[in-house]
Amino acid sequence: MTFLPYAIAAWLFLVGLYGIVSSRNLIRAILSLTVVQSATYVVLLGVGYSKGAQAPIFADIPQTSKAVDPVVQVLVLTDVVIEATVTAMLLALAVQAYKRFGSLDPQDLRAIQD
Amino acid sequence: MHIVALPVVVPMIGAAILVGIRQWAPRLMNDVIAGAVALAVVTLCTILLARAIHHPFAYWMGGWRPKDSVAIGISFSIDSLGAGMATLAAVLVATALIYSWRYFDGADGLFHALMLLFMAAMAGFCLTGDLFNMLVFFELMGAVAYALTAYRIEERGPLQGAINFAISNSVGAYAIFVGIALLYARTGALNMAQIGHALDGRPADPLVIVAMSLLFIGFLTKAAAVPVHFWLADAHAVAPTPVCILFSGVMAELGLYAVARLYWTIFAGALGPHAEQLQAILVALGTVTAIWGGVMCYTQRHLKRLLAFSTISHIGVFLCGIGLLSPRGLAGVATWVAGHGFNKAALFMLVGVLLHRFGTVDEFDLHGRGREIRVVGVLFGIGGLLLSAVPGVTSFFGKSLLDSAALEAHDPWLPAVFVISSILTGGAVLRVTGRVFMGWGAAQREEDVQLAGAARESDEETTSRDHTPPLMVAVPAVLLAGSIVLGLIPGVVPGIERAAAHFQDHAAYARWVLRGQPAQFAPASTSHIETFDYLYAAGGTVGALALAALTLFGYRLVRRVPNALLGPPRTALTAFRRLHSGHIGDYIAWWTAGAAALGGASLVLLR
Repeated sequence: MTFLPYAIAAWLFLVGLYGIVSSRNLIRAILSLTVVQSATYVVLLGVGYSKGAQAPIFADIPQTSKAVDPVVQVLVLTDVVIEATVTAMLLALAVQAYKRFGSLDPQDLRAIQD
Repeated sequence: MHIVALPVVVPMIGAAILVGIRQWAPRLMNDVIAGAVALAVVTLCTILLARAIHHPFAYWMGGWRPKDSVAIGISFSIDSLGAGMATLAAVLVATALIYSWRYFDGADGLFHALMLLFMAAMAGFCLTGDLFNMLVFFELMGAVAYALTAYRIEERGPLQGAINFAISNSVGAYAIFVGIALLYARTGALNMAQIGHALDGRPADPLVIVAMSLLFIGFLTKAAAVPVHFWLADAHAVAPTPVCILFSGVMAELGLYAVARLYWTIFAGALGPHAEQLQAILVALGTVTAIWGGVMCYTQRHLKRLLAFSTISHIGVFLCGIGLLSPRGLAGVATWVAGHGFNKAALFMLVGVLLHRFGTVDEFDLHGRGREIRVVGVLFGIGGLLLSAVPGVTSFFGKSLLDSAALEAHDPWLPAVFVISSILTGGAVLRVTGRVFMGWGAAQREEDVQLAGAARESDEETTSRDHTPPLMVAVPAVLLAGSIVLGLIPGVVPGIERAAAHFQDHAAYARWVLRGQPAQFAPASTSHIETFDYLYAAGGTVGALALAALTLFGYRLVRRVPNALLGPPRTALTAFRRLHSGHIGDYIAWWTAGAAALGGASLVLLR
């Protein structure tokens, strides 16, 4: 049990949030969002890790050997799929915004505000 | 009971077919297929609801049943509140599809396919018993909703709304992700019943509390509680009307459903000793949301944005009700959610009629123009009265239950919060009714009263027409009728009270999910509506009418009030409204502050 992966995950989460908050460019905001998401990968893999364990593929290692938790790896895989979908959608919107309005600054895209 | 998975599978297959035949299918065929699938899902959900009322049950995908209370597979754990939410969602999707027959001229199969996918995601979200599965449906619901928000992609508003919506909700989803990972690390389980079972009997440590805070803030982002609510008004104001119906009518409420579900299945055992403190946190959040949403609602002139903020205000009230952590509070919320869902859907449809006919949703632009469609005006007024929880309708029964739950929990000031929310949101809709359909009040907002922004944005329809398809008025009329009579059907409100008590039985949930035993519940008490409740609610409605009248007819009086008296509150209000800047960076800063506040308060108070 080490705290390192969790510290890194917390750092990634916060630095990603800071990236979104400070972005004057939508592409940068979207990439910052993927940085936030990277935190979830690190947490999940950190949860499943155990020292000296092998990949959980029992085809060529003995059934009794120590292996890392395969469940979290499956969760990470799902996470990656979600990221691909959301990022692709957001980038498509950003491209559209640039094509139509010639700007990627969230400040310029505001149609509605109070 | 193999039909359990069908409410998810059927619309997904339907969506795939619609996309497949999109190249050559005529509009009518899309409408018929989508409508048939939606009605099939309504039927399926109703069957599940009918069965779950008496015997909640778990269905294990692929027959992977739990062994010795260890769940390996993924379950759909169906009880009456979950099935009820799924049914509400399905009914609203079906009506939204029927409404869009006439509303959209150019909708191709993609729109229908997205609506069906949305339906599948909402149904799965309500029915699942697995925490990670719930997140996957949450993300599916999100991805589809972002696409639907940006359906009119050539315009600025929908782009901005969809981007803010997608980034805010994705950040929320990643918080949920981390929360799930922490719970999995502690318990080795992903099934909610099993996680709850594993956490029982020990006081909650910081890890569990942090996990809870992350999960709650994530789902509250979807529900749009202050201060993680900013995206909602941007997205709801610009999405096509049939989509707004689902966003406001049921999607936001699903975020709260998840909070309730998680608390009672997972955390109720471990946090039981600190229930009072958690109650304080949730009720405080709810109160701020209810008032904030109400004030913002009343100051809007963009009608869809006005309705969006009224949804936020109601979400606040519902969050208070859930936060009371009592069966009666939850029953009140469930009853009100049903009434509100139909009511808000109908109001969005009626705004859609205005947009379809006049090409604008600005309250002042529409001044008096609604006189040619009186029927719509009458319906709109009824919708406003229902929002104010006028005595005798479904939302009134929900509000009465909430009031008595608040008094029971020794929060005597909470009913005042509920009534303020009712007055502000109901009053806003009634004011619009008077101005648009009767031509009362000022036609142009005076220069000094003019609050910043509220740009007259172009919306999904910009051309005006001289007719309104009868269907577009009939569907909201039916929904309003539903919103009135649902609570009057004998047995419905007591049934919801029993369902809420069963929903909160933490130990029984673990038994019926993990061991497959028939659920045994203690007999639940049901409430009685007192004369006092009728009078109190009538007071709220009168208040809403009075507020609307004061705004419409009292604006000349306001001019006489010296500026020194009016200036400061006006400046404060402007500054308050400016917080809703439409800038995603600001929203995420608020999100971070909100998450830190919730986590910090939980860590201090719940240990």
